[in-house]
Amino acid sequence: MEAYVSLFIQAAFVENLALAFFLGMCTFLAVSKRVETAIGLGLAVIAIQVITVPVNHMIYKYLLADGALAWAGLAEVDLGFLGLVSYIGVIAALVQILEMTLDRYFPKLYNALGIFLPLITVNCAILGGTLFMVERQYNFMESVVFGVGSGAGWAIALIALAGIREKLKYSDVPVGLQGLGIAFIIVGLMSLSFMGFLGI
Amino acid sequence: MKAIRSFLDRLEPLFTKGGRFEQLHALFEAVDTFFYSPGDLARGAPHVRDALDLKRVMIIVVFASSPAAIYGMWNTGFQANTALVSLGLAGIEGWRGALLPLLGAGYDPASIYDCFMHGLLYFLPIYVVTMVVGLFWEVLFAGVRNHEVNEGFFVTGWLFALILPATIPLWQVAVGITFGVILGKEVFGGTGKNFLNPALVARAFLYFAYPAQISGDAVWTAADGFSGATALGVSAIEGMTGIGAMGLTWTQAFLGQMQGSLGETSTLACLLGGAFLVYTRIASWRIIVAVFAGLIIPTLLFHNPDSSNPMMSMPWHWHIVLGGFAFGAVFMATDPVSAAQTNAGKWAFGLLIGFMTWLIRVINPAFPEGIMLAILFANVFAPVIDHFVIGANVRRRLKRNA
Repeated sequence: MEAYVSLFIQAAFVENLALAFFLGMCTFLAVSKRVETAIGLGLAVIAIQVITVPVNHMIYKYLLADGALAWAGLAEVDLGFLGLVSYIGVIAALVQILEMTLDRYFPKLYNALGIFLPLITVNCAILGGTLFMVERQYNFMESVVFGVGSGAGWAIALIALAGIREKLKYSDVPVGLQGLGIAFIIVGLMSLSFMGFLGI
Repeated sequence: MKAIRSFLDRLEPLFTKGGRFEQLHALFEAVDTFFYSPGDLARGAPHVRDALDLKRVMIIVVFASSPAAIYGMWNTGFQANTALVSLGLAGIEGWRGALLPLLGAGYDPASIYDCFMHGLLYFLPIYVVTMVVGLFWEVLFAGVRNHEVNEGFFVTGWLFALILPATIPLWQVAVGITFGVILGKEVFGGTGKNFLNPALVARAFLYFAYPAQISGDAVWTAADGFSGATALGVSAIEGMTGIGAMGLTWTQAFLGQMQGSLGETSTLACLLGGAFLVYTRIASWRIIVAVFAGLIIPTLLFHNPDSSNPMMSMPWHWHIVLGGFAFGAVFMATDPVSAAQTNAGKWAFGLLIGFMTWLIRVINPAFPEGIMLAILFANVFAPVIDHFVIGANVRRRLKRNA
């Protein structure tokens, strides 16, 4: 149990996908103007991450890894080169389902997220989560925990950024830095404040 | 005083629009408001009528932190003089060594005057560099961006100088305050518009950019070749037995007679300043109480003298007197700009700081001290906390009036 808790903390804070690895920056910067939207996207990312990491784990373990096809009598086959395509395929399919669900049950959030919902498919944070899972050889339970943790960490960072940007609406940013420029500076400073977790 | 007024009045046309030094209007304005209350009127509604203006607030904060600063200067000199005695040296070289006899000060650790002067000669250069470099950026931004030089900087610079170790190279002080003033504050439009505490941004930047000069064992005592770890640094490795071996008693730690940054060692002086700030209603007592509670509660819950983690053995009354905890809780966490604004939010904000301090000190072996990073971390979440508190208030009132 303790190992899972520490893995969760590790995934959510120490190795925060947004603020330690700077993954998923396009969505991170684009959908962080309002807290409500950010919460919606954050939940969507957590949901996708919780499902894709374990599913991709199964695919990797039983189909793609070197010697994984032993159960089908093909012990010498290594389908590792199909990794990226399969992971993206799983992510795309899941995002598609999520999109239809949101459209049907939460039309307001669906409209607010707009183009960035289908773009979760190519969000590097999501693919990054899967690739970290493969690289670090997590087992099934660890993949689930890592999926929740990494998604939650990304969502927390996104919501905090949205809060800051809402507050900074009343600031007086130099013209040349308005918009994305100041957002990058904010993300850098946030990352500085997350460095307290470094080393846990 | 009349002479200054008429002198300023005579100069004023030069600095107003169309004058020869139009670009330097911010500088003139700063000097003018330093001496006199400005005659400006509030132009836009809504406004609050209050005798307490920003300048008064800032001066009170500087005043409230002066016991910690004065004690810190004595302590810096005391630590240095004690180290000199233990190293068997009769004096120091360099400009400080040349200046101290002129001031009539020796190197006797028992003499308050000797210690204070020795510490002052370490504090002053840091403070002067902070002020000169920081004001340069302030005036530059004020001139180009057409706003006023804000009094907020006096507090930022003062607090920044107090949280540095005495031996820090002056060029790093300049680099640090430059980072803090520009990226911590001015890119957002100046005082009141930033979201992190600029003094802490500056220190955190130095902490990660030049760790050799701001952490470790050798930097805390201003004597060459003397290595004295902070109490937190010792206890991170050896726990409470290490502190016992240092010969540090709780009373000494509470008074602040130990290694540490210039002004942060004395919990007593910080609490005195804190009481004054709370009395004048400049600092929020909610934040201060919540920060202490946030550290004390997890310490009580997880206190375990037999743990393999040496920091687990530290009881709560030691936690609150070591490191910069009291200084951070009283002067840094209560920064009205970067803290949470709502009352319920202040509780959450303070508890988060206290808890993060505990987490970094106890769970994270990489950093012995955590209050600085904890406050920055909570600053990041302050706007979201406020957002939820306000949202909850709105919903409650809607329900009440439905």
